[in-house]
Amino acid sequence: MIDWSVVVGSLPDFFAGLKVTLLLLAISLASGLLLSVPLAVARVSPNPWLAKPVWLYTYVIRGTPLLVQLFIIYYGFAQIEFIRESVAWNLFREAWFCAWLAFAINTTAYTTEIIAGALRATPHGEIEAAKSLGMSNFDLYRRILLPSALRRALPQYSNEAVGMMHATAIASTVTLVDLTRVARDVYANHLATVEAFGTVAVFYFVLTFSLIGIFRLAERRWLKHLRPQTDVTPADAVIAK
Amino acid sequence: MKSLARHLLCFAAAAISVTALAQAPEWKKIRIGVEGNYPPFSQIAPSGDLSGFDIDIANAICAQLKAECTLVKQEWDGMIPALNVKKFDAIVASMTISEERKKAVDFSDPYYDVPSRWVAKAGAFKDATPESLKGKKIAVIRNSPRAKFVADNYKGSETLLVNKETDVYMELTAGRADIGFGSSVVSGEAFLKKPEGKGYAQVGPAVNLGAGAGVGIAIRKGDDALRDKINSALKAIMANGTYKKLADKYFDFDVSPNRK
Repeated sequence: MIDWSVVVGSLPDFFAGLKVTLLLLAISLASGLLLSVPLAVARVSPNPWLAKPVWLYTYVIRGTPLLVQLFIIYYGFAQIEFIRESVAWNLFREAWFCAWLAFAINTTAYTTEIIAGALRATPHGEIEAAKSLGMSNFDLYRRILLPSALRRALPQYSNEAVGMMHATAIASTVTLVDLTRVARDVYANHLATVEAFGTVAVFYFVLTFSLIGIFRLAERRWLKHLRPQTDVTPADAVIAK
Repeated sequence: MKSLARHLLCFAAAAISVTALAQAPEWKKIRIGVEGNYPPFSQIAPSGDLSGFDIDIANAICAQLKAECTLVKQEWDGMIPALNVKKFDAIVASMTISEERKKAVDFSDPYYDVPSRWVAKAGAFKDATPESLKGKKIAVIRNSPRAKFVADNYKGSETLLVNKETDVYMELTAGRADIGFGSSVVSGEAFLKKPEGKGYAQVGPAVNLGAGAGVGIAIRKGDDALRDKINSALKAIMANGTYKKLADKYFDFDVSPNRK
């Protein structure tokens, strides 16, 4: 039923596609995470001049499809002479840059909301305690709010990371040869549906489970305090004191 | 019980094969796969209406055969697989008859034949030999004889494989490619004659791929009855002037496969 020679023969192409997919995912997630921490702090700020622009940004980006955002950057900007004449065109003419920019802008919006939500969920007592110790606002964020918010955001952020991984398939529409594009080319050249899309599904499965596994490990390490402590009985706790 | 069930199964199988046999050679209903991104052969209006030479030829064949036709829009890279999984029965999408494709599908007689051409900014290239295109980026539609031709002969150049023919000219004007390789008619009629094609020109002579095999209608392997019907309809519309009338709608030159 399955023509294994097609699968084996196209494996090098699939691995090349995997490299593109992984690289796109890594640079998009990394830049998105870096940008979204300050943006999340601005988003929960009581100062409307800080909070409102970030609200508008996440609102617009989360309200439009990623495919449209990528098309505006890749196809749309190429139509504007002003951009084509500028130095920035050296970047925008590269499909890589366009895909990275679109993905980073998109994941930043979602991650900002995730971290902002975790910041808002900080127990009031912790903030009051920090203030009563005379901590400055900066210290409050650095030592109390952000460390616990980033931990609390982990489970939600893992969803965003897996979603982003699946979304990288959209890069195949702007000439990048990622996993999905390799599958479509194998399909077109060998007319082998199961071989092409079955193989790529296995690749995505392994990627998804690896990502989830990494986040599980991270949660075990950084969210230890939220797990039920079954191995410690009250009596032990007393003795330990 | 068991043998009764077996009898029933046999009967059902026989019934199915009888109806299949009874329907297939009639071809009163034909579903035709078209592409829509290959003006002036095939294009989609903002309203969603399909038009173009491919579309008119498909409709003319159906009228000739007195068959009821449904046009099915399909993206280029899934065209042959979709035919083979019976999403439709024939492809009328400017598909060049090639040896590679003949391994997967059968073709009708050619219904038009036009060469390929290089297009670039006017004056950018004197000719389009592998030497003069060394290190340059060539835009060409993926999974096509043209892409194969470029891959085989222009090893010193970079290739930008695009997903549809119109993207060749879009990437060219955007500056993402230095030169485009496409259908002479698409580049001539849908690009160079349009405002966006201003300042661009054809480079070098016309290129005939596939030894002038032309463009045919693809059908599933073994659907000989359908192929014969399509071939006879093609002959009829070429003889009765319908073909010329349709071609004149789009072209001021001869695109017929039999021209000298």
